[in-house]
Amino acid sequence: MPSIKHQANHQTENALLVAENIGLSKSGKTILTDISLQLHSKEIITLIGPNGAGKTSLIRILLGLTDATTGTVTRKNNLRIGYVPQRITVPAVMPLRVYDFLNVTGMYSDERCHLMLEEVDCAYLLYSSMQTLSGGEMQRVLLARALLKAPQLLVLDEPASGMDIIGQQALYETIRQIRDKHDCGVLMVSHDLHLVMAATDRVICLNTHICCTGHPDDITEHPEYIKLFGDAIDGLALYSHHHDHEHDIHGNIVSSEHCQSCEHHENKSSHD
Amino acid sequence: MGVDSFIAYALAAGIALALLVGPLGSVVVWRRMAYFGDTLAHAALLGVALAIAAEQLPMAGVGLMGGIIATVLFWLEKQRDLSTDTLLGILSHSALALGLIVLSVLQAQGFNINLMTYLFGDLLAVNQLDLVIMYGSVLLILLIFSQILPSLISISVNEDLARVDGIAVEKIRFIFMILLALVIAVALKVVGILLITALLIIPAATARLYSKSPKQMIVISAVMAIVAVVLGLLASLNWDFPTGPAIVVAASVLFFVSRVSVRH
Repeated sequence: MPSIKHQANHQTENALLVAENIGLSKSGKTILTDISLQLHSKEIITLIGPNGAGKTSLIRILLGLTDATTGTVTRKNNLRIGYVPQRITVPAVMPLRVYDFLNVTGMYSDERCHLMLEEVDCAYLLYSSMQTLSGGEMQRVLLARALLKAPQLLVLDEPASGMDIIGQQALYETIRQIRDKHDCGVLMVSHDLHLVMAATDRVICLNTHICCTGHPDDITEHPEYIKLFGDAIDGLALYSHHHDHEHDIHGNIVSSEHCQSCEHHENKSSHD
Repeated sequence: MGVDSFIAYALAAGIALALLVGPLGSVVVWRRMAYFGDTLAHAALLGVALAIAAEQLPMAGVGLMGGIIATVLFWLEKQRDLSTDTLLGILSHSALALGLIVLSVLQAQGFNINLMTYLFGDLLAVNQLDLVIMYGSVLLILLIFSQILPSLISISVNEDLARVDGIAVEKIRFIFMILLALVIAVALKVVGILLITALLIIPAATARLYSKSPKQMIVISAVMAIVAVVLGLLASLNWDFPTGPAIVVAASVLFFVSRVSVRH
């Protein structure tokens, strides 16, 4: 991918991946603008934002699946990325067991495949057909596949979507254990606000641009965060941030002297 | 040439094709490329016509034309406003119409062309040179196929995952399209232009029922194709059926019998 560079300069030596001034527009519509961020090892970053905020687009640019319109993505040399997409659908006409899916290249030993499935508590699935997996099992198998190549960076797109609350909690716990064990950086997209906060080191709030970033432990119960997500968090916000602007109902930035808060109104805005 | 040896040649040619349609047909089925196979087949008629005009082997014309079609399609797919099946529809029928025009011009110039042999194959007319070319192609195609098979399986499951794993998805897709074009060339004398897609799809669809893994499906569908070739050839010799259609009907019978007899 032309916009992906594989060299580290000294400023960002420790970063796994550095994105600078990323912008994306499709058919004249701005999807992302002026996104800069760094991903480091051992850090779990969660990307949150309303529907249509550009979360998946940003992730695809960082992964090299989509070319950004502007800006650069610089990766650490030979960075190994494990990607866990939101969902995959294996064609029914394709016979595929979890084992075949994990070891499609034949590069890994059977023991290693088994070990990675054990790590995500799914060892019993080794010879199950991919088409028979439940949503939660599929996520864990995708996670195991990502782990096989000993990733330095793990990227997950809404890993817990479609799971019940117990399943979500367990999955985030697994992701945290993986970070602790493998010392990899983690970037994930999430909607599940309160659950994900507990397992996150840093939150990036995205709405076409980066509205704010913060440490969930430091900044709790901040009213602006509640405004952004409306009733979704039901007063249980664990996280807050500072803003230098507000948004009108279309999500456009409106400069504001007095406002340090985020005036998103998810229900009214037309980001989609 | 005795009767026995032309039957042996026919069998050898049929098995050569079966060895190709099993593995490549499985991928065609996974990746929903049946219409692409049809397009290559339709374009093959133009290849035949041009080869006759240039006094070359029809097989060579078909292989070359398939390569051209694959390249044009590959380029057209970058035009995002048209879907692949629309593009294939354009290519398929343009090539077919052009092929018919060139053939009629050739016939008007006094070339003696039996269209039926190209449409439905002419297995019993396979000669030694054909066999040498066929088995050479089989070796080459299967060698390249086995090299790209892990990547093909990977992109058939999910192209994004494959890309993140560093697989050159576009390159693999293109190589596979060229391999398919070569398969059509091998198939020309065996089942003919009109029925080749059937042989790519039916044995693989039958094999799905008995397979647990992608590689199993590839092997079983090659076996199914070989059985269809043998049964079709027998039927053709016994009852004087046209050979190509007899092979396809045999493949279909295997498919339906398997579906009915195997419980899910």
